[in-house]
Amino acid sequence: MKMIEAIIKPFKLDEVKDALLEMGVQGMTVTEVKGFGRQKGHKETYRGQEYTIEFVPKVKIEVAVTDAQMPRVIETITRAAKTGSIGDGKIFVRELVAAVRIRTGETGETAL
Amino acid sequence: MVVDQEREGNRKRQGRLTVVGLTIAAVVVGALAVFPGPVVAQDIAVTSVEVVALAAPVLKIDTGDTAWVLMSTALVLAMTIPGLALFYGGLVRSKNILGTIMQSIVVLCLVSLLWILVGYSLAFGPDQGGLIGSLEWVGLNGVGSEPHPAYGPTIPHQVFMLFQLMFAAITPALIMGAVAERMKFTALLLFTVLWSLVIYVPVAHWIWGGGWLGKMGALDFAGGAVVHITSGLSALVCAIVLGKRKGHGSDYMAPHNLPFTLLGTGLLWFGWFGFNAGSALGANGLAASAFLATHAAAATGALVWMGVEWLHRGKPTVLGVASGAVAGLATVTPASGYIGPFSAIIIGVFAGFLCYFAVVWKGRMGYDDSLDVVGIHGVGGVFGILATGLFASKAINAAGADGLFFGNAGQLGIQAIMVCAVALFSVLGTWMILKVVDAAVGLRVSPEDESTGLDLSQHNERAYS
Repeated sequence: MKMIEAIIKPFKLDEVKDALLEMGVQGMTVTEVKGFGRQKGHKETYRGQEYTIEFVPKVKIEVAVTDAQMPRVIETITRAAKTGSIGDGKIFVRELVAAVRIRTGETGETAL
Repeated sequence: MVVDQEREGNRKRQGRLTVVGLTIAAVVVGALAVFPGPVVAQDIAVTSVEVVALAAPVLKIDTGDTAWVLMSTALVLAMTIPGLALFYGGLVRSKNILGTIMQSIVVLCLVSLLWILVGYSLAFGPDQGGLIGSLEWVGLNGVGSEPHPAYGPTIPHQVFMLFQLMFAAITPALIMGAVAERMKFTALLLFTVLWSLVIYVPVAHWIWGGGWLGKMGALDFAGGAVVHITSGLSALVCAIVLGKRKGHGSDYMAPHNLPFTLLGTGLLWFGWFGFNAGSALGANGLAASAFLATHAAAATGALVWMGVEWLHRGKPTVLGVASGAVAGLATVTPASGYIGPFSAIIIGVFAGFLCYFAVVWKGRMGYDDSLDVVGIHGVGGVFGILATGLFASKAINAAGADGLFFGNAGQLGIQAIMVCAVALFSVLGTWMILKVVDAAVGLRVSPEDESTGLDLSQHNERAYS
């Protein structure tokens, strides 16, 4: 099992969610986050006083998937979240050691 | 049947409309017929008053003048609350907006009482050696509905007193922008009382209350020196003595609600018509001329600030337009009753330009004038007083004087003396007052309270919960 973390542009969230649901992903966790990559931040000026805003608002999606699903999930997120301009985000994948469905006590891939 | 009823209803409605229409028409026709009468009568009345005026001053209340100055008084109130309160409130961080709004309201209330009890008498009471008014009018003793010959011969003396009260109230409230986000509430109360009595009252007397600057011929129509130089220069001292805000220069301190600031700007602009045009103390041509100069300078100041910032920084900003409008308004204030619209436009150009660079260069001077009272009111006030010495024209206001551009270079010298005297007095006086307040109650909130914000630490409240 894998945990896929995708940091994307906030306005792309709906498209990514719809694309993932369509390909069979059953659930996901979404968090509003801030950060920067190569895009860096933006500048704001108030009466000549300049502020550099380094941390840009992003959305983090976490999806737990089976090993078999992983390549298609990554491909789907990449396709749906892409605008082609700097700041589109990143996808990170981790090993997932265990999963439990609290209601039934099921474990492993059946709990996903 | 139903259709018939509807038709009947329509007919009745039409009938009613016709009656209303005829009534309006009758009133309009009647007014037109009657209108020439009083105008002629008024002309005759004015002529006869002028003839009598040669013998002895005639003090007769004019209802139009009284109504306008009463209205102007309320307009100037709106400048402080909610105008200035929102203008400043939007510029601070969200944890300090209540504390900031509170300053404007409490200063207004405090100065109002002071003014009624002793302030008015000391500022405008019978002159004592050109420096201060006497205590003869303490508690408004003798300040009633009879007009005063020097303070608006056609309006009740109390109306003049109230109009001046609003000026006295907004001036210390302006200073609070320089110490925003860090002054202790008790210190603010004590400072306001002392500053009003020690700085505002004497300066108002010198210029408007029959004091030495007024006698010298210094021109300040609506408070360039009395309001803007005193507040702007005192703000500079306050910013230096209180020190910078915690995190100044490193933390993100951007305005938390610019729409509030814009709302405040609109109310300041709106109220400024009372401030400047009301200073004519009558509903007359001078009021109209001051109104026009005020508006022309504000619009020009806003556009020039926007343009300069656009060229200098690459983007026209909303805060820039708002700041430019206020800069134009503050700068034209002393000149508004002595200049024509084109002089006002030129003053507006300089206001937008000078105040923009004063504000931008503040960073290099090293003091934290949080909301730019010095750059806008101080610089605008000083330039406005000097500009009055350049652009004033007796063709606009016979009671004034000609400035340098109208052949009277001496006026500029008088204006310069006024700038130096008022600036020096404000700086030294404010510095001493701050030392007294610091010794008595301390000036700043604790570092922890400052980081929590004034709203919670000083008032136990939160603006946005």
